[in-house]
Amino acid sequence: MTELAATPGAAPQTGQYADKYIRYFSVAAVFWVIIGMTMGVYIASELAFPALNLGLEWTSFGRLRPVHTSGVVFAFGGSALFATSFYVVQRTCRARVWGGEGVMGFLFWGYQAFILMAASGYVMGITQGKEYAEPEWYADLWLTVVWVTYIAAFVGTLAKRKEPHIYVANWFFLGFMITVALLHLGNNVNVPVSLLGAKSYSVVSGVQSAMVQWWYGHNAVGFFLTAGFLGIMYYFVPKQAERPVYSYRLSIVHFWSLIFMYIWAGPHHLHYTSLPDWTQTLGMTFSVMLWMPSWGGMFNGIMTLSGAWDKLRTDPIIRFLVTSIAFYGMSTFEGPLMAVKPVNALSHYTDWTVGHVHSGALGWVAFVSFGALYHMIPKLWKRERLYSLRLVSLHFWLATIGIILYICAMWVSGIMQGLMWRAYDAQGFLQYSFVETVAAMHPFYEIRALGGLFYLSGALIMAYNVYRTIKGDVRTEKPYVTGPVAVAA
Amino acid sequence: MDLTQLGAMLHAYWTVWLVMVFIGIIVYAMWPGNRAKFEHAGRIPLDDEGQGGTGRG
Repeated sequence: MTELAATPGAAPQTGQYADKYIRYFSVAAVFWVIIGMTMGVYIASELAFPALNLGLEWTSFGRLRPVHTSGVVFAFGGSALFATSFYVVQRTCRARVWGGEGVMGFLFWGYQAFILMAASGYVMGITQGKEYAEPEWYADLWLTVVWVTYIAAFVGTLAKRKEPHIYVANWFFLGFMITVALLHLGNNVNVPVSLLGAKSYSVVSGVQSAMVQWWYGHNAVGFFLTAGFLGIMYYFVPKQAERPVYSYRLSIVHFWSLIFMYIWAGPHHLHYTSLPDWTQTLGMTFSVMLWMPSWGGMFNGIMTLSGAWDKLRTDPIIRFLVTSIAFYGMSTFEGPLMAVKPVNALSHYTDWTVGHVHSGALGWVAFVSFGALYHMIPKLWKRERLYSLRLVSLHFWLATIGIILYICAMWVSGIMQGLMWRAYDAQGFLQYSFVETVAAMHPFYEIRALGGLFYLSGALIMAYNVYRTIKGDVRTEKPYVTGPVAVAA
Repeated sequence: MDLTQLGAMLHAYWTVWLVMVFIGIIVYAMWPGNRAKFEHAGRIPLDDEGQGGTGRG
């Protein structure tokens, strides 16, 4: 273990890195994960017990659902990405953020303002009606300003780096930023009805509008929720495991193959629609091809632990990170499978899709973020260690039970729903009415809400652990016994 | 051949150009002469200690 004082020259000058707003973004991530997931548990409960919508328009499922999705994806995921990308770029470039705390402050308050503008609109019924692109034109314009500043600060930091090589995590972060900028601009070419009104109309319409929307939607998953978080994986897994990534060459191939392939997969959201058949086949083919880079990346991440598997037992933070990679592998296997047209004929519009998204979002995106936050927070606040590693472990198990309840319930309910929709009787009539499928799904909706509750309680434990860590407390607890390999260091 | 024709020809083979660029990237990544460079690059995150931590949470 390197002692700070024992390595002369390596000790940082005060304020070497602009970390103040990285701390803010980290706290914001913990705050938004609780808001976003509370919203999720609430709307899951609304589906099981419809009376919970209270009979009010503001609390109906349709209005709260984007508050949940934007809350977890853009508010929690976005804050985690801002925090980690600036944390990583400064440390791997050995350079302070371009623009310093001034630009960082603008990014923090600017991005939080965007979230509030978007979410307050949803509750009042202001929406573009496009999944994951719900914010209306005024919020979109503001986000564009913030996002361009984000790219400028990131590229500016890369430009003034002292390390000659740009570490691979930064490539993933930059790929995420640039692609999200393109997607955001491409999918929001809208004409406002009036300058003072919130309503706007999309320039493209019909099937073109659908294609643009799912070009956006799928790549929001591919670049916001995958490329960005792969950037987190490529820094924090080696860092926490204290060993370099399994194969740096594979990481280069991983990056470029994702970049070349992901952008074409969008049409698989529009199978069996009026979208031209060749476009659907193209989307399906590229989705299946994505198996290769995804599994190459998973292999690279997990094998980083090779020779240090005992850490899985002794380090709950590694457990979060490695499990996240396993879920990355699992959901990137399931995704292409569901993009194959005959499978899609069964899975589309059912809960299977919802389960798939959540195994990716809860298992991959959130777990890798939790791992990164647990790693980063003691360092950002210059604490010796986290308040409690035992609580990290408790968080891990609660969250894992939550995911299993959630995705198993949705698999069963989704496949059942798909089978019931396509069941015919001897005369060729549909065997079930729609409401019969809803009634059959009810128990699984209850299990799903329970799974969400487990997951949320884990997040609350994290919030407590983070709060005590920031306060500077250290819990007296039984330490994890490290194996003989770790002792040798 | 004027520029329009040249543009059309380049456009027609767009997929081929992309595949060639991609193969070039793989060759670059796997080139034996680059091995040491990439092994050093893989260690970049581990050499940035001194920000107030020991690598453990």
